[in-house]
Amino acid sequence: MNIERAALAPPLKIQQPRTTNHGSRTTISEDALLGEGILKGMAETAKNFFLSYVSKERLTTVEYPEQRIPTVEAARVFPFLVYDGVDWEAGLRCVACQICEKECPPKCIYIDKSKDKKPDYVGKQQFYPTRFDIDISVCMSCQICVEVCPFEAIKMDTEFELATDDRFGGLLYDRKQLARSNEYYHSIHPTEASEVDARLGEEKAKVEAKARAAAEAAAAKAAAPPAPPAGGGS
Amino acid sequence: MATSPLFTDLDQIFIILRNWLVGFLPAALRPATGIVLEVIAIVCVFPGLFALTTVFERKGLGRIQNRLGPNRVGPYGLFQPIADGIKAIIKEDIVPFSANAVVHFLAPLSLVVAVFMEFAVLPMGRNMVLVDLDAGLLFFFSMSVSTELSVFMAGWSSRNKYSLLGAMRAVAQMISYEVVLLLSSVSVVMIAGSLSLPKIVDAQNSYTGIFPHWYIFTPWGLAGFVMYAIAATAETNRSPFDLPEGESELVAGYHTEYSGFKFALFFLGEYLAMFSISGLGTTLFLGGWSAPFSFLTFVPSWIWFFSKVMMSIFVFIWMRGTLPRLRQDQLMNFAWKFCLPYTLLNLIVTALWHFMGEGWMRWVVCTAILVAVYVFMGRVEMRSEHFGPRRYRYAE
Repeated sequence: MNIERAALAPPLKIQQPRTTNHGSRTTISEDALLGEGILKGMAETAKNFFLSYVSKERLTTVEYPEQRIPTVEAARVFPFLVYDGVDWEAGLRCVACQICEKECPPKCIYIDKSKDKKPDYVGKQQFYPTRFDIDISVCMSCQICVEVCPFEAIKMDTEFELATDDRFGGLLYDRKQLARSNEYYHSIHPTEASEVDARLGEEKAKVEAKARAAAEAAAAKAAAPPAPPAGGGS
Repeated sequence: MATSPLFTDLDQIFIILRNWLVGFLPAALRPATGIVLEVIAIVCVFPGLFALTTVFERKGLGRIQNRLGPNRVGPYGLFQPIADGIKAIIKEDIVPFSANAVVHFLAPLSLVVAVFMEFAVLPMGRNMVLVDLDAGLLFFFSMSVSTELSVFMAGWSSRNKYSLLGAMRAVAQMISYEVVLLLSSVSVVMIAGSLSLPKIVDAQNSYTGIFPHWYIFTPWGLAGFVMYAIAATAETNRSPFDLPEGESELVAGYHTEYSGFKFALFFLGEYLAMFSISGLGTTLFLGGWSAPFSFLTFVPSWIWFFSKVMMSIFVFIWMRGTLPRLRQDQLMNFAWKFCLPYTLLNLIVTALWHFMGEGWMRWVVCTAILVAVYVFMGRVEMRSEHFGPRRYRYAE
């Protein structure tokens, strides 16, 4: 009860002096005639009405299917899978680590890991997804899959015209539908894509340098002892 | 001003057309057929205007709010009413389970019929009036009052609290403003000396120099017209007096439980009421079908009537795009404490105008009285405790 009274007290304090001291004259100026405000308002709307035929800036409506405004760079709709090169299947960056599948809050990602391995962008042997499905009717565009992916393999798309007449199959995208080239990624998120490329390039350079160093070391080792055993583990 | 026979023919084109059509029939059937043709004309023209007005209203409101408005159906969205009509017809007609089905069915019908009856006495051009009743004004008001019955029938028979509240609001509002509406037109009757609408138009159809003798160009006429316009807006439930269907608090007011074509009929009734009340206002204060300048009298009279009505409709739409809805107590206060006293005063001023005779004196005296009282009421009375912002009291 006391709490309620305390909560109600402030409006009482504010309200009372206003109504008693100034009466009702708080909103309307002293010398305004009755109806003056209405006329002013009518003038304003008349201005809106007539000027909308003259100045194009007044009409901010974008008539969507015919007119389009470019999407902002940070726009995101649903995820897609990035691939390098020309062949989507060979170039998929995804290594089927299944982190995104586990992290996905609404659990809309379904991944089957391959039995065999294939080389990734640095040439290291990796698994690849034999199935990578995203149910976009479940996806909530939270971007968590993108944030957790250590391989820069999944990114957010800006394509939003995804209507289909098939409620179930039409909204379950397989890896082929999800695959988009790195060039496409550059075209929709240029800044982010360049950063990603720089990072990957750095990593690749590091790996190559290491490989080169290892090769050199191996070569030096091979050169040092006069009679080493031929061949060696590749 | 000498008018060529072409313009006279054009002015009377509908009368000529009717006589030509009727001429094909035997003499005994001619008067009745003539009336039927006129009724058909009214029943076709005004719903047609209604269809056009709905799309122009939406476009106009859009422009007022810096939007485009409907522009998808047909060129510039002009076929929108056809799409709306098709939608209204093919929609399911739902009658609530516990509604009084007969009254629920009759309400929209009786509304539209009563509103159509109002057009019978409106002179829409020279010689263009369906029935020239001696008490045409009285007939008009009795018909417009009976729409209140339909509104209440709709609200009561729906057995829905929103409908009933909306109907009660509508009836309270319409009865309050009916008084103002009637009294503001009484001053016209006092000067014109007739309740017949064609005679009232004739009384205004003369010119001093190039300027017409419309009643709006007199002090009492202007005051009466302003009061009439306010009351007409309230009478047709248009914004800012659209409390009976205030969607934020009452869903849709008295026609909440109507769907499909019955709803379309209510919609039609509302717009027809707007046309008829604009037509009456035109007839009473704006010189009916008479031209605004003496050198424009060659233009057919019906063009003037319809352009004046459409101008009034534009003002209705303009006000709807500008003003927010009133609160119920503000609405009632305004009717009974401002409009009614002011129209009563206007009656006295009209009498004064009549008895002071010709001369500049009556202009000065009547204008002075009306302006002084307007300023006084606006400054002092409307700002008093009773009218100001509502004082909220909190429980302690």
